[in-house]
Amino acid sequence: MTEHNMALAQLEPGEKAIIEFKDVNKWYGDFHVLKNIDFSIKKGERIVVCGPSGSGKSTMIRCVNRLEEHQKGSIIVDGIEMNDNLKNIETIRKDVGMVFQHFNLFPHLTILENLTLAPIWVRKMPKKEAEEMAMHYLERVKIANQANKFPGQLSGGQQQRVAIARGLCMKPRIMLFDEPTSALDPEMIKEVLDVMVQLADEGMTMICVTHEMGFAKTVADRVVFMDAGEIVEANEPHQFFDNPQHDRTQLFLSQILNH
Amino acid sequence: MAKIFQPSPSLPPPVNSVGAVAWIRRNLLSSPLNILLSVFSVYLVYLLIPPIVSWAFINATWVGESRAECAPGGACWAFVNVRFNQFMYGLYPAPEYWRVNIAGILLLVLVAGYAVKAINKAILTAAIMVGYPVVAYVLFAGGMFGMPEVETALWGGLFLTMLLGIIGIVASFPLGVLLALGRQSDMPIAKSVCIVFIETIRAVPLITILFMASVMIPLFLPDGMNFNKLMRVLIGITLFSAAYMAEVIRGGLQAIPKGQYEAADAMGLTYWQSMVLVILPQALKLVIPGIVNTFIGLFKDTTLVYIVGMFDFLGIIQLATHNAKWLGTTIEGYAFAAFVYWVICFGMSRYSMSIERKLETGHKRN
Repeated sequence: MTEHNMALAQLEPGEKAIIEFKDVNKWYGDFHVLKNIDFSIKKGERIVVCGPSGSGKSTMIRCVNRLEEHQKGSIIVDGIEMNDNLKNIETIRKDVGMVFQHFNLFPHLTILENLTLAPIWVRKMPKKEAEEMAMHYLERVKIANQANKFPGQLSGGQQQRVAIARGLCMKPRIMLFDEPTSALDPEMIKEVLDVMVQLADEGMTMICVTHEMGFAKTVADRVVFMDAGEIVEANEPHQFFDNPQHDRTQLFLSQILNH
Repeated sequence: MAKIFQPSPSLPPPVNSVGAVAWIRRNLLSSPLNILLSVFSVYLVYLLIPPIVSWAFINATWVGESRAECAPGGACWAFVNVRFNQFMYGLYPAPEYWRVNIAGILLLVLVAGYAVKAINKAILTAAIMVGYPVVAYVLFAGGMFGMPEVETALWGGLFLTMLLGIIGIVASFPLGVLLALGRQSDMPIAKSVCIVFIETIRAVPLITILFMASVMIPLFLPDGMNFNKLMRVLIGITLFSAAYMAEVIRGGLQAIPKGQYEAADAMGLTYWQSMVLVILPQALKLVIPGIVNTFIGLFKDTTLVYIVGMFDFLGIIQLATHNAKWLGTTIEGYAFAAFVYWVICFGMSRYSMSIERKLETGHKRN
């Protein structure tokens, strides 16, 4: 690793990590799905996580807002350790937005209601204020004219943009993206990636599980490669793509880039 | 230069089969077997309908004081005519019928309020769930405001059937939701309590529960701590129906994709917020047919109260057919009962279909 990479991977003295994995292990029954994950993310950093399916990428980011529990080690998000304390979990979930592969919009609510639900009930925001904010974010993802439709009436790309706006409505400090473009038609991937690039440019702390290597190259501060529940390699994109250190990474890259 | 792609214009579908003749040809006479079945059906209608019409309408007697005054070969609707008030109100004293009528009209007015946009639905629901039962009870039971007391043993007929059905439906629904959520919950004690309750109640016939409620519970209660038989029967019916309701709703809960629970969790909604705002609205909508099925079943099961000595609509009709003046009117009695039950249950079923249409948000497309 070059000196430059070391600086990226490690924190300056006195600098606080916004997300810190310390020796995190997780099992599904007997299956050891996460092995000794040790990793810190600085505020404003954009991390892309890639790797073959079943490598534990999604599981890792789902541990950040405790959609999954880890059994060993510790995860500290924004200074709060994630454990069984429900108050802590609720506090963190308010500050961490999540976008899912299958959008997971609420089909019985209109687009606008999808966006205002959490601000009204979790942040206790007045309805009018929440709606104004929701319209603002809908405009940002260029979909304000669909505000009163139901999710089922929108295309996949539109739904995913609504899902991103829904996450932003909680004014999160961190956004998690779990394969946000994997369920989309090729023609719709770009419109979603554009929104994510815009968000990255504004300095949002992001962890993004994705196979979009173009996105990783242009946006990521670091690319993390996982296999069999471990972080094999984490490096800045330039180094990661041009000079992978690990043979497993090389194999993975050759398979996804040369098809 | 690249060619410019112009989508072809959309055309209307071909119109080659409209009109009654085409419909008959397509639906009734499309194959030799269908022709045979159609002819057979027409023959069946010819065999059945004319005798029924002549019995029920042409040869029927509408007015009279006993079975003997009714013409033979025709329905004796005079029986229903003379006993109509009893069928409606049971043994409730005739000068007090107005109290039941007012309570009924009040309920209809309140429920109709849901169709009025200007009325706050939360307040209306509170009025129906909390205020109305008190008013209705005071009207039915009396004993205050100068209204003579009418004990519950005299309540009967369609009035009692509606009372049992409506209270059973309104009370068993929320209880069923709680039981279903409990059975799905991660808390081991709540979960086991719900499972034991549901499985026990479902494994026992309603008749047994009604017997227990009316005969056995008083034996175990200390002296002086006895409460009203109608109340006990109502609790029995409600618990019975809630167990079935819980399983119907659990089916709906299981049909909701895991992603919906996760999205609600990830936003920081609490358990109750995510259930009430996200999961239940979707789950209940999915199982409206099952819920209405349970409601209709409950409504008809209320007829079983006759075995613990209460005279609901069917019970009072049966009782009346045993009267010496009206011997031989069983068919008319049952036909009338069947007609009234059909109107009410068919109404419920149509209403549920209209709710389903209203709640459709087009997400089936995915």
